[in-house]
Amino acid sequence: MMSGNRRRTSRDRMLADMATVRLRGQLEKLAGGGSEHEVQGTTVTELLKELEATHGALEGWILDERGVLRRHINVFVNGELAEPNTAVSAGDKIEILPAISGG
Amino acid sequence: MTELLVGTRKGLFVLEATPGSDFEIVARAFEGEPVDYAMREPHSGRLFAAVTSPFWGPRIWYTDGPPDGDWQSADGVLLPRGGDTALKRIWVIVASDDGTRMWAGGDPGVLFESRDNGTSWELNRALFEHPTRERWKPDSGGLSVHSIAPWPGDPDRLALAISAAGIWLTDDGGRTWRHGNEGIVAEYLPEQARGTAIDLCVHHIERAQGRPERLFMQFHGGVYRSDDAGETWVDIAAGLPSNFGFPVVLDPDDPDSAYVIPVSTRDRVTPDGRVLVWETRDAGATWIARGSGLPDRDAYLQILRQSFDRGGAGDELELYFGATSGEIFGSRDVGRTWFGVATRLPAIASVRVGR
Repeated sequence: MMSGNRRRTSRDRMLADMATVRLRGQLEKLAGGGSEHEVQGTTVTELLKELEATHGALEGWILDERGVLRRHINVFVNGELAEPNTAVSAGDKIEILPAISGG
Repeated sequence: MTELLVGTRKGLFVLEATPGSDFEIVARAFEGEPVDYAMREPHSGRLFAAVTSPFWGPRIWYTDGPPDGDWQSADGVLLPRGGDTALKRIWVIVASDDGTRMWAGGDPGVLFESRDNGTSWELNRALFEHPTRERWKPDSGGLSVHSIAPWPGDPDRLALAISAAGIWLTDDGGRTWRHGNEGIVAEYLPEQARGTAIDLCVHHIERAQGRPERLFMQFHGGVYRSDDAGETWVDIAAGLPSNFGFPVVLDPDDPDSAYVIPVSTRDRVTPDGRVLVWETRDAGATWIARGSGLPDRDAYLQILRQSFDRGGAGDELELYFGATSGEIFGSRDVGRTWFGVATRLPAIASVRVGR
């Protein structure tokens, strides 16, 4: 018999541990068209690897073959420019954007 | 109609002209991104572009539609995950004459092969894991597989050029590789080191279609010919104003033909401000300057290795080359006279005749 409060499922627990990654432009298309993705990871690099694992078409676009963040890609965590080893927590908002560069 | 595919620092430009008319820009793609190479596969008509995005890295893109339409990113153009090396650039894309295979060469000294018309690619592991790799040295442009010369009728036989790791040959579809460096003299090395050196800075090779055991090479100080499928080389630079240059073009109808554009050794631009294409029709025994219609003063052009190509053959041979200054020159009469094809394009990295 169901109680009044909905039971917290394993999926709910997993989602609660996840950050939200927002993709735009080409990355959004490669990820199947959705702009927001729930991804698990404790650091930026870990999260990006998980993102690539979930959406194979993104392989090599954000991290190179060595697992290194591409030089002219900026990752923001809750609006702050992050480093590859920046910690990520459940509920964080992650944005992946091309850096300002040109010439 | 002649189609030119022009890769530039700021995207792909497609130019077209009918015989006797001026070339016009008919399409652009990858605006703002470096297009290092573009080509059209002759059997399928599929267009390919090697784009090194400053953001997303190097990729091969293809389209079966118009060049200003949608392009697809090819699969598999990556090095093994988790290693200590990343792909930096795709330098060249080549199709076999029977349409069954394609190859792409890139930095760091890597070869990819496709058997599905360029939709997906696979790294050649034998070259990537070659035991001599740790002795390969990049030149100023990187460590690049920039020339791929398939054997007509036998796609298992290939010659590659790597800057700066010399000539590589395979007869078994890339399962094994061997050097083909005998006779090449690297003037930039001490004499004692030349015999065993493998850091040989080949700038470009082309295979004679009617006599496939013959190849021509522009070296980093030397122009060479091989008559034994790239095993050994003889210097044929005597008679040229400089033995330095980058591209080589051949007339498919004449295995004794080659065209080079010598540049000054010191500054790598056209010497004395004069632009000349040099032609041989006797396999390098003699050379003749072809400059009618080309700038004869105040022109210090830098012409990169992929920026010279030809269309047609024999009496209908057309020649086209571009410079980093954004100019393209062409000849519709086997190099006898030249005309301006385009000016004021971004810096040109490659010029290929699409069709």
